[in-house]
Amino acid sequence: MKNRTTVERKSERELVVTRTFNAPARIVFEAWTKPELFKQWWVPKSMGMFLRSCEMDVRVGGRYRLVFGHDASNTDEFFGTYNEVTPHSRLVWTNDEGGADGPVTTVTFEEQDGKTLLAMHELYPSKEALDAAGTGAADATRETFEQLDELLVALGSSGGRS
Amino acid sequence: MVQYPNARLDASFAALSDATRRGVLERLGRADASITDLAETFHMTLTGMRKHVGVLEQAELVTTEKVGRVRTCKLGPRRLEDETAWIEIYRQRWDSRFDELDKVVEELKRKERVDGRKKRE
Repeated sequence: MKNRTTVERKSERELVVTRTFNAPARIVFEAWTKPELFKQWWVPKSMGMFLRSCEMDVRVGGRYRLVFGHDASNTDEFFGTYNEVTPHSRLVWTNDEGGADGPVTTVTFEEQDGKTLLAMHELYPSKEALDAAGTGAADATRETFEQLDELLVALGSSGGRS
Repeated sequence: MVQYPNARLDASFAALSDATRRGVLERLGRADASITDLAETFHMTLTGMRKHVGVLEQAELVTTEKVGRVRTCKLGPRRLEDETAWIEIYRQRWDSRFDELDKVVEELKRKERVDGRKKRE
């Protein structure tokens, strides 16, 4: 049975995504912290993005770097630092590719009866930063959201046109 | 916040769930285009592009007009500036990601079971 994904804007600066997984926390945590596993699910085919490389040094102060793009001359990079790494329960990392407006991402893994409730918080430095990011586009989906952002601006400016 | 009737929301989100269709909207945001232009831009057959444009038309995100032998597409009257739409798009993105994560997790569970049996043997 498929579990439901929920997204809520908890505050002006914070988005929260939740989902239950039918496995103990150690397994779900492993899938978030081993690059060879992480890259199997982070970029589903429906995203239309190609993950060129995925480096993750999952320890406090360790860095990660994801490089996307179909050809080497036109790539997008996402990078940051792990601020907290508590095995099987908590991960915190920064999203530095966007400069000071990037959010801090906190992922918590809460195990109950052999299942894991996962919550991913994205805390932005300001309401404006979250709004500007297109309601939380500071992860690997940023490229698509920027397209959507342009689209919304275009749709907004053409409102009322028949 | 604008409240859309559910059927219209469903049509919008279904239309936006496809990367090509999002690309078409983004392209039409810059300038109107014919089906032929769009098919070329997205490396698709005319039939394939007509289907995508049809879905966008049903969702009222795109309108088309036939002049002579050319069908021109432009952005429709719908606007998607409310936050509900953003959040739903974002949710779909994470949902498809987590569906993939389910598969990885199931594989890890399976391996644990196999390893557990090996240890007991």
